[in-house]
Amino acid sequence: MTRTHTARAELSARRRPAMPRWVWPWLLLLPTFLAIGAVAFWPILEGLRLSLTNTSLITRQSDFVGLENYTGLLSDARFWNAWGHTVWFTFASTLLETLIGLGMALVLYERFACRGLVRAAMLVPWAMPTVVTSKMFGWLFDGQNGVVNWLLMNLGIIDAKINWYGNPDTALTTLIIADVWKTAPFMALLLLTGLQTIPKSLTEAARMDGARGWTVFWSIRLPLLMPTLLIAGLFRALDAFRVFDLVYVLTGGGPADSTETLSTLAYKELFSTLEFGYGSTVSTAMFITEAILAGILCLWLVRTIRRVS
Amino acid sequence: MTRTAISAATAASALPGRGFLRRALLYAGALMILLWSASPFVWQFATSFQLDKALTSGTPTLIPDPFTWEHYYNVFVEKQLHLYVLNSLIVSLATTFLCLAIGSLAAFALSRLDIRGRYGILMVILSVSMFPQITLVGPLYIVASALQLLDTYTALILVYIALVLPLVTWVMYGYFETLPREIDEAARMDGLHAIGIYWFIILPMSLPSLVTTGLLAFITAWNEFLFALAFTSNIDHQTIPVGIANFTNLYFVPWGDIAAASAIVTAPLILLVLVFQRHIIEGLTQGGIKE
Repeated sequence: MTRTHTARAELSARRRPAMPRWVWPWLLLLPTFLAIGAVAFWPILEGLRLSLTNTSLITRQSDFVGLENYTGLLSDARFWNAWGHTVWFTFASTLLETLIGLGMALVLYERFACRGLVRAAMLVPWAMPTVVTSKMFGWLFDGQNGVVNWLLMNLGIIDAKINWYGNPDTALTTLIIADVWKTAPFMALLLLTGLQTIPKSLTEAARMDGARGWTVFWSIRLPLLMPTLLIAGLFRALDAFRVFDLVYVLTGGGPADSTETLSTLAYKELFSTLEFGYGSTVSTAMFITEAILAGILCLWLVRTIRRVS
Repeated sequence: MTRTAISAATAASALPGRGFLRRALLYAGALMILLWSASPFVWQFATSFQLDKALTSGTPTLIPDPFTWEHYYNVFVEKQLHLYVLNSLIVSLATTFLCLAIGSLAAFALSRLDIRGRYGILMVILSVSMFPQITLVGPLYIVASALQLLDTYTALILVYIALVLPLVTWVMYGYFETLPREIDEAARMDGLHAIGIYWFIILPMSLPSLVTTGLLAFITAWNEFLFALAFTSNIDHQTIPVGIANFTNLYFVPWGDIAAASAIVTAPLILLVLVFQRHIIEGLTQGGIKE
């Protein structure tokens, strides 16, 4: 086999002039660059351009209007409403997911019977389509016949049925619960791999010195886990910030705009009113916010990791 | 071994009840995780076999009584779920294979060939996965509309390829980095070209990783909602998430039908995930979280 390869290589080398070696990697990367260039980078720039126009698919106009859309955005109450919901959603769900995920990871780290089964079950919420999660929580938290209300009433925690996602006061909380349910187990699995990289000799040495469970956790495991915890949290926060499927399917932004997020607002501007100019302004503002968020979190991450190590 | 010896020693030195309490807490925690992860879907599954009358009776039960296939009948005959399933299968499978081909080439170039700015390129590819998709959907819609690609599989597949590529490239790169470099040096000595090394050496060694990565790509494409919602408007090309999202009757929400459809589209994913769970966790953590 080796021989035929050699022969073939010699033959081909003789037949055509060899391409310079540095060309090859770029040639192999070309399809990837084309794909992400056309579907990710170009739309960002085009969105930025559209956000400076009054493009509308209804009136068929597309004139340059400068920063008019952006000044409109800053005085648009719906935008700030959605901004507030998105920031709260991101903060609350990331925090809860990280804490609950950490708790789950600490349990999974120990040896017990059926650990494989539990770990496999934890992938179920992650693998399920978000649309299905959304519908599923719609049924669980249904105001009339939902099992959550039934359980809470039978346990004596509430007196009357709560109209979870039909009431502006509780709708956003219901969405946060659904999001935490879906992503906390996956977070736990990521943190578990982080925990497993901590050398056992360290925790054992501490135990030999008489350190109790909590001390081992606070002074050894948590600091060493911090980088993993922060990176996982960073990715989760960026993901939570663009939440769309969950909200669009369960509440559609309602009731009374109480769950409108930036993604659902932008979607409505784009595809309900067909105002592509203003819709692009909302989505570009969102991209900028996300980029700033990512920048700040990265800086903070780098500083924290440096301090730890 | 040392670990068990030490924990035995600490258990012996502690109060007699502490070891037991610890175990009890551990199992309680494990049970809670199991309930958290599995019970909502089990409930949804049980719901799919109950009559609407039983679902609205006021006292929910887990065991269907009487048992019914009614919702499954509705889902296939009235809502034609099989057409959505077919659309989803076409789009997701095409995305998966194209992504594996393109992504593995890129990962190979980044891991095995001489290239300037390797980490910069990896970061650029990774950053794409953090872009808010809502920012991409508007401009791409205009282009798709101009090229008459709305309501086609092609548009969805092209978009999904770019959305899934960062994941595929990162996971494949992580796997290629674990393969010993001596092998390709030996192959190079034998006169094998870069493409030959990719095709004859690296790919055959990466089959397990290709399967896992393919599974991740498939799940991502199968579950995608935003672009499918924006780019398709009828059952000829709509995928399952769009189909299920539109499951609403005029006067009431058909929870039983929704539960049946959920069970149908989620059960295959759950089976796949259970079979490949170890590889999935490894594959995903290779991607970026691991330092």
